Amino acid sequence: MTDTGTEVVLGPLDSIPTGEGRTFGVGSERVAVFRTRNEQLFAVQAECPHKAGPLADGLLGGTTLICPLHSWKFDLRSGEALMGDCGLRTYGVRVDQEGQIILATRLASE
Amino acid sequence: MQKKNLVVIGNGMAGARAVEEILARDGDQQFEITMFGDEPYGNYNRILLSNVLNGSQRESEIYLNPLDWYRDNGITLHIGVQADSILRKSKCVLGCDGTIEAYDKLIIATGSRSYIPPIAGLTLENRQYKPGLFVFRTLDDCREIAEYAQGRGRAAVIGGGLLGLEAARGLQNFGVAVDVIHRGPHLMGQQLDAPAGAILKSSIEKLGIGVRLLRNTTEVLGEDRVTGLVFDDGKTLAYDMVVIATGITPNAEIGKRCGLKVERAIVVDDYMRSVDDPDIYVVGECAQHSGRVYGLVSPLWEQAKVLADQITGRDPGAAYHGSKVATKLKVMGIEMASLGLTEPEDERDEIVQFTEPKKGTYKKLIIRDGRLTGGILLGDISKAAYLMQAFDRGTPLPDERLTLLFDIGAPARQVTFEEMPADAQICNCNGVSKGAIVNCVKSGKRSAKTVMDATRAGTGCGSCKSAVTELVEWVCGGVVEEDPSVHYYVPGVPMTKPELIRACREQNLKSVSAVFEALADGIEDAASKPGLASLLNTIWPGEYEDQRDARFINDRVHANIQKDGTFSVIPQIPGGVTSPAQLRRIADVAELYQVPMVKLTGGQRIDLLGVKKEDLPRMWRDLDMPSGYAYAKRYRTCKSCVGTEFCRFGVGDSTSLAIKIEQELQGLDSPAKLKLATAGCPRNCSEAMVKDVGAVAVEGGKWEIYVGGAAGAHVRKGDILCVVDSHEAVIQYMSRFIQYYRENAKYLERTYGFLQRVGIEKIRAVVVEDSEGIAERLDEELRKATAVYRDPWKEAFIPATPNQFASLLPVIQ
Repeated sequence: MTDTGTEVVLGPLDSIPTGEGRTFGVGSERVAVFRTRNEQLFAVQAECPHKAGPLADGLLGGTTLICPLHSWKFDLRSGEALMGDCGLRTYGVRVDQEGQIILATRLASE
Repeated sequence: MQKKNLVVIGNGMAGARAVEEILARDGDQQFEITMFGDEPYGNYNRILLSNVLNGSQRESEIYLNPLDWYRDNGITLHIGVQADSILRKSKCVLGCDGTIEAYDKLIIATGSRSYIPPIAGLTLENRQYKPGLFVFRTLDDCREIAEYAQGRGRAAVIGGGLLGLEAARGLQNFGVAVDVIHRGPHLMGQQLDAPAGAILKSSIEKLGIGVRLLRNTTEVLGEDRVTGLVFDDGKTLAYDMVVIATGITPNAEIGKRCGLKVERAIVVDDYMRSVDDPDIYVVGECAQHSGRVYGLVSPLWEQAKVLADQITGRDPGAAYHGSKVATKLKVMGIEMASLGLTEPEDERDEIVQFTEPKKGTYKKLIIRDGRLTGGILLGDISKAAYLMQAFDRGTPLPDERLTLLFDIGAPARQVTFEEMPADAQICNCNGVSKGAIVNCVKSGKRSAKTVMDATRAGTGCGSCKSAVTELVEWVCGGVVEEDPSVHYYVPGVPMTKPELIRACREQNLKSVSAVFEALADGIEDAASKPGLASLLNTIWPGEYEDQRDARFINDRVHANIQKDGTFSVIPQIPGGVTSPAQLRRIADVAELYQVPMVKLTGGQRIDLLGVKKEDLPRMWRDLDMPSGYAYAKRYRTCKSCVGTEFCRFGVGDSTSLAIKIEQELQGLDSPAKLKLATAGCPRNCSEAMVKDVGAVAVEGGKWEIYVGGAAGAHVRKGDILCVVDSHEAVIQYMSRFIQYYRENAKYLERTYGFLQRVGIEKIRAVVVEDSEGIAERLDEELRKATAVYRDPWKEAFIPATPNQFASLLPVIQ
């Protein structure tokens, strides 16, 4: 289980428009958080492992994300690469009762 | 639901393919599938048998479906069991070993066997073929021929068709001297005409194979094994072995015995059903449709699809209307292609021909009403892919017939795939080698689309797509699959563009998420979103419900994303005409925001590169110029030369025309980017003839309008749409063409592709002559689309989404 002691509040849910992502700076880490059209949240490393494309600028469909630079494709649930040969780090993320986005800074995949 | 029994007689390429197509339509939910196969193997690619014979492929390499496949798909396979009879009243099939299988639906895919001409002395007293006499049809035949050929001196192949020549080539590998004995006046009578046959003969003779034409074999000599042949002129030749390859006979007896209508093969309707029994389907070489029996693989694929659509009820409208037969072959290393007719049949038919016998090159095309109805290419088949496509789709041919036969002025044809080393790069954008593509196909990806998805070949600029497609075909040996999604407008919604437009209009779908909900089972496909957004905006000007997440990032922040995640800012400079004050303002902004690079673009504008996302809105405000839209699938810009303003050669005012065009079309969205130009004289300094749409002034106050030009990944001179005599008329016809393109082009299909697909004659008829009576509507639709133009850089003042221009949201811990 994720250690809830290392959670960070990123800000209100509506700082991310539906169907898009935004990049958050948490200490020295940069995390891309996505809000799907059916209101699921996913958090992954901010840069594409291919050529460091800004993933938050990608196209999101369901839980699939396409990098804006060279169209590498990832499944946000697992971070798995669907097209390309290296996956993404994922983080635990949720919304609390006040509508704040809560990120588990410890890597969910660890 | 109780599953029905589906029995398939025949486990060759047709039977197995039909079952694959049925499984692809979830047929295993409806049917318990049982197959009879009289060969003791899984299913293999018969086309590649000659490679097994000549040793270039192993047996294991030509299997299509190993035995595991049947088990994994829950198919009962009666292996090595021939089906003896069909009892139509009790609806069951009897196998030769006593097996009885009841069916609800039955598929007959018994294929064909070698045709054996009436020749004396074929068999011994025990009715077995004499040792040394073979047919060439199955893996077993292949093995027996190979075994017998060891250490023999002379072999004859009876039959100078494709299969006979393949067999001859295989036999040569065993060190035997081979003669091809052919009854007809020239080789490969099905695919070639007399001159091509003669060229092929001399090419083959150079390889050391004897060719004896007009020889009718009457008898096989030999008491206990083959020793020679006798011909109808009484002459005798000595041979140690003989292979008969004189064509095929459909295995239609089983149909005849149970009372189905059989002519040359079992007669079927357009749904691939026997004309006598709606529960019996027939596919492949044992089926006769509209009087024709096909012995090639691609018609079989088409038949299998229709059969599967019908039997599963997936598409009750599916129907087979016969196949256009076009094949690309390689016989003994000699490449050839054959399409449709080999000789003209109608006095309208036009023949375009080229012969160079010394080199073994022959090209002949038969053209009817501007479209290809037949052709032969021998020796040099560099134009085969283009011609086969034009033949298959019936697309209009260019007036310059010479270009059909040769790539004039193009770089020399690259090496063939066989000669090409494995590390040769096919896709120059993504660095994908021939070897990577070959391995991908061998790992089971059998369509160009799936190979491109897996290797990323062809997904950059797209100019290598046809090479990738040809390579996939080459590796598959003709057993290539077509991914149905290539016909969809976007991959995530299974509809062509006209179907999709109709559905959106009928169901009043005005947003991308509404389309996914209504037409794609609610499944959002990321890659399909921008294409849908573009289409909806075209269908519903002013009413389209814009969802920002459906846009590519460039369209969300109105700037072009660069390799480091920064953006480029290109303000509008209509006609490329600027002023000192404007230049000064741009310079000030560039300095203030420390823009790393300022560059002149190809579209006569100024590019500020390396801009941070958060600086975009402030820069736009400071520039106080509208967006130049240099980032979107939209109207981009209209270049111009100085025209009559200063140029001493100018015959038309190209600069003010370009400015008017820009004012008219700015921001207009389109299936792909639109780059325009106007030129003040035929010297064409602004390159208007190679633009998506261009206007060139000619003497006499006239303008030529060019459409479908290109000078990027693909180079093409545009076609003249029409010649008009005023700026207003130029804008009217350009606009009408663009609206027709917006409504009919596929997503990301540039105008040059659209022109080649639809043909300039058709476009001219619709746009200039108003042949469909839609000109007024097109003009009105375009007017509505341009009326909703709003400079997107105005979002600098009112962002459209939260944190629209933030590249990083800092979190205070």
